[in-house]
Amino acid sequence: MSWLKYALKRLLMLIPVILSVTFILFVILSLAPGDVARLVLGQDATPEQVAQLNHEMGLDKPLLVRYVNYMIDALKLDFGTSWISGFEVLPEFAHRLPYTLLVSVLALLFATGIGIPLGIASAIKQYSLLDYGCTFVVMLLFSMPAFWLGTMCQILFCLTLHWLPVSGIRTWKCFILPPMILGANTLASMIRMSRTSMLDVIKMDYIRTARAKGASNHDVILHHAIRNSLIPVVTQIGISFAGTIGGAVVTENIFAIPGIGSMLINAVKGRDVPVVMGTVIFITIIVGVINLVVDLICAIVDPRIDLAS
Amino acid sequence: MPNETHKDDNLLEIKDLHVQYNTDDAVVYAVNGLNLSLKKGEKLGLVGETGAGKTTLALSILQLLPKKVGQIASGSIMYDGEELLGKPDSYMLGLRGRRISMIFQDPMTSLNPTKTVGEQVYEVLHLHFPNLSKEQKQEKVDRMLQLVGIPASRKGEYPHQFSGGMKQRIVIAMALIAEPELLLADEPTTALDVTIQAQILELMRRLKDEFNSAVVLITHDLGVVAEFCDNVSVIYAGRVVEHGTVEQIFASEEKHPYTAGLINCIPDLTRDEKRLKPIPGHMADPRHITTGCCFADRCPHCMEKCRTTPPAMHEKDGHLILCHLYDTTKEAE
Repeated sequence: MSWLKYALKRLLMLIPVILSVTFILFVILSLAPGDVARLVLGQDATPEQVAQLNHEMGLDKPLLVRYVNYMIDALKLDFGTSWISGFEVLPEFAHRLPYTLLVSVLALLFATGIGIPLGIASAIKQYSLLDYGCTFVVMLLFSMPAFWLGTMCQILFCLTLHWLPVSGIRTWKCFILPPMILGANTLASMIRMSRTSMLDVIKMDYIRTARAKGASNHDVILHHAIRNSLIPVVTQIGISFAGTIGGAVVTENIFAIPGIGSMLINAVKGRDVPVVMGTVIFITIIVGVINLVVDLICAIVDPRIDLAS
Repeated sequence: MPNETHKDDNLLEIKDLHVQYNTDDAVVYAVNGLNLSLKKGEKLGLVGETGAGKTTLALSILQLLPKKVGQIASGSIMYDGEELLGKPDSYMLGLRGRRISMIFQDPMTSLNPTKTVGEQVYEVLHLHFPNLSKEQKQEKVDRMLQLVGIPASRKGEYPHQFSGGMKQRIVIAMALIAEPELLLADEPTTALDVTIQAQILELMRRLKDEFNSAVVLITHDLGVVAEFCDNVSVIYAGRVVEHGTVEQIFASEEKHPYTAGLINCIPDLTRDEKRLKPIPGHMADPRHITTGCCFADRCPHCMEKCRTTPPAMHEKDGHLILCHLYDTTKEAE
């Protein structure tokens, strides 16, 4: 059960991470110029009304007190209500999270499912047409930003060809283009990563040993090379997932998907502190857990990794 | 079959082998007209310094030269009466690991880090003995591991859990489990410390007697050769420059100047000497073909004709020397 102990230890280590992330964010949000109460009440409000609202929201208290109060409430799973729209943060988040997770997971499946086989194939057939094709696609995907690629694809597939809906979440067809746009960058890094890794592995001595044992090309790749070449790729998947959640902010806006990305961007625009804080805490936890899962998978793939130490 | 008679005396016969590496910068001539023959059960030492073409030779026999770069330009490799060059890969697959197996130099990197050692030894049986049952194969793996001194209970462990010497034992187990007729051992003890080195050699000797495999021991360590081998071929710049029994090589007055230099390199503990005696200079650049003797530049006995005409092989009681020094004695006679 060494992995269970390891997992618990890693989850405990998330606590200081969350504390520092939230504190830094809290300080930055309160240092930002502008008066929230005035923003809420509008330009016509009297100074008395502003002071009154500030007092009601607890904004007249010192920063540290406000932070501690917020964290105590958060521990009781009370993340407050939106200053702008008045909704409760937690239920709203829970309602929006599935869309973001769906799009992110699909994006990752798309990127790994296509990227890893392509990368491995282009390494095995190095300098072939397929290899050059992959290298070209990788460069192309890396150099196109998601907002531009998303918009262009909308114009082509939705407005011109009418294959897919432009935006929204009405049918399953709405979940084809967004994951592909979100995963485009990850796809490129998956192809490049698994290609490089495979090229390294097939130069290894143990591959030559396997050949000297009489293993055929097919056996060598399947039984000796692939697993070893996946070790760095799995680590990369973990890093990419965190990036994918961040990338969801842009993609959800382009395709009008009501996920946490669009919620977060609206909250940041409106200086809606409870929403920003809550969302960031949840994202931190999600990313932390995903990294943990990736590390556990790494330990399965690579027997040299010892979780106990 | 016309080769029937041939089949009996020599297990391996290499004639005029030329191997080159076609790199982006230049063509590297690694093996240049090498001749070699090996009888069944014979222990042959291949001696020479780094870059002499020893490993290239072993990889050529198995046809495992790096793809696209390594190329056997000409020559012949007869194995048990069959010409190996030009044989399809499917034929070589049946040969590799089953009839000819190889031990590589560095045990640290020659085992797959993500497979248990048991699986890696088992794989040889899985590839070459489809008729054995799973239990029979497992039993053979256990016995082989015991034989090389690894407790069978540790077969579920991964290579990183073993020391260097133990890894080399596992590599040897892998190489011998199919009881091959020929074992190519490429510097099997170079990466190990001296005490382990002796153990590994002793193990190889014991296993060789048990399975009666022929062994080609590639090394640059003359001590190891004297200890282990029946015959020795000294290789320089991709050619055999001297061949003979261990006694002929070490004790004979007549020897190739290169061999003499190699033996001189061994520090003599009985004499009060402070300095080592290396062979001056470096091996000829393998990117150029030399016109005369390949050793001319470093030879203390270099003569005019050494630089212009390639020497002929001089033979006496099966002791072969490729050197002009001995044509002169011949002419004088």
